[in-house]
Amino acid sequence: MSVKPINYFEASARTRIACLVDPDSFSEFCPPQLRHTSPHLARLNAPVAFDDGVMVGRARLAGHPVLIASQEGKFNGGAVGEVHGAKLRGLVEKALSERPVAVLLLVDSGGVRLHEANAGLIAISELMRAVLRTQAAGIPVFALVGGSCGAFGGMGIVTRLCTEVIISEQGRIGLSGPEVIETVKGVDEFDSRDRALVWRVTGGKVRRALGDATRLVNDDIAAFRDATAELLDKHVERPLKPSDLAGLTEEHEQLSTRARRYDKARDGRIIFEEAGFKELESVALMPVDDFNRQLGEEL
Amino acid sequence: MNILFDRLFGSEQHNITIDGEFLSGTATVADGEAVIIGTRNKAAIDSALALKVADAILRTVREDSDVSRPPRTILFLVDTQGQQLSRHEELLGLNGYFAHVASCCDLARRHDHRLVTVIHGEAVSGGFLAFGLMADRVYALPDAQVRVMDLRAMSKVTKIPYDKLVVLAEESPVFAPGAENYWRMGGVDELWSAEDDWSSCLASGVAHAAADDGRARLGLERGGRTLAAPIAELVKAA
Repeated sequence: MSVKPINYFEASARTRIACLVDPDSFSEFCPPQLRHTSPHLARLNAPVAFDDGVMVGRARLAGHPVLIASQEGKFNGGAVGEVHGAKLRGLVEKALSERPVAVLLLVDSGGVRLHEANAGLIAISELMRAVLRTQAAGIPVFALVGGSCGAFGGMGIVTRLCTEVIISEQGRIGLSGPEVIETVKGVDEFDSRDRALVWRVTGGKVRRALGDATRLVNDDIAAFRDATAELLDKHVERPLKPSDLAGLTEEHEQLSTRARRYDKARDGRIIFEEAGFKELESVALMPVDDFNRQLGEEL
Repeated sequence: MNILFDRLFGSEQHNITIDGEFLSGTATVADGEAVIIGTRNKAAIDSALALKVADAILRTVREDSDVSRPPRTILFLVDTQGQQLSRHEELLGLNGYFAHVASCCDLARRHDHRLVTVIHGEAVSGGFLAFGLMADRVYALPDAQVRVMDLRAMSKVTKIPYDKLVVLAEESPVFAPGAENYWRMGGVDELWSAEDDWSSCLASGVAHAAADDGRARLGLERGGRTLAAPIAELVKAA
């Protein structure tokens, strides 16, 4: 049976959940019917959303119970405000009592919502603590990144706290967006209109080559689902151990080595080169399976 | 810096090395030794600085797990203008370096270290997320500046007229810069005045530090962030 792929990048947050989880298994907490909108946006005469740009709930994926959240990149760039952030934190903390196989965060966000910047910043810090606490209790949190806003600002930090990061080629992870860097530091520092350069600095392939993402998949919801299912199986077989001094010391060494190795680098080409890619011009066009094989993954 | 150190710890009660924008050492807090990790001169936090902070935390956890005395308090002295904006840092994955600092804070907390932040300069956006906001308690000195973005820049990005933002900032703590706004929202625990005895404030601050995250509850009590706690509870109860 051939099924037409459903593009992850273009899909709405709701479509992503619907196509990702087992049929009819999703039940939403704090649904749009309750109309928990942002009073802060309203005060600034900005449009509001009945779900404040994020849906949270429980579902099954390949039979595994999961808690799941999905950010809507088309609403305020998926940005985190007070209500939005509280829904995410509540979900991650809920995992401590509900003990799902994993919490899945479908991240599509530029970070803090400026209209309620202080609330957003504190909310992201609370979410960071919740993710760390939940993972210390042995429940992994996965980030899925493949939307138009990527995972930036505080959500870029949250993403890198996650046990697993599944990304598509179109997915991007970073801290400060190229536009912000260009505005503050000038076009010579970062030309945000040079899409190929932006992709080589923040895009899915370079993040996978560096190890910031644990899986690279095609821009197809089914591909995200298959990778997630496989990783859920893995975590059922080998439950997550809380990070310890030895583990974080090792992580520290790896990050230090990376900083030394690429101490002058400003373009992902050198990272592809060191990962063994010979024809650098072809990396962008290389199919995901070939790319993963080149990185030494067994398929 | 010595004037600040003297007021916080008492003269001759601190042994802190200044290395560019980075501060590290020990000092006496509430009659015990605390580990000091700090930044100064409105440091822009980059991967190198994040690694220094993480290294100092990991070293403290390592040293204290081998001895019989209780784990020392870790005090963050925060002054940051935010994250370093650069293509090189983005390529390295600065967000991952910040996540590493947060993981180290979490490890220290699980090893029963108390984590306390004192903002002695600026505490801005991503720099503050990485360095300071992950503590058990956050205290602000009188001239502390806490923000994500100033109102002029916010006006540019959101296309909301600056004058309107200034007026609205009077009524709501939710977007405008200011340590007091963060206090009302539960993100800053106490604002210390110039007249306060900072060393006794700090001693009491350390005594009150607890590992649970009570910021949403505090924001609700203080009336600056009334939705975060109930919405999270709604989700948890579903």
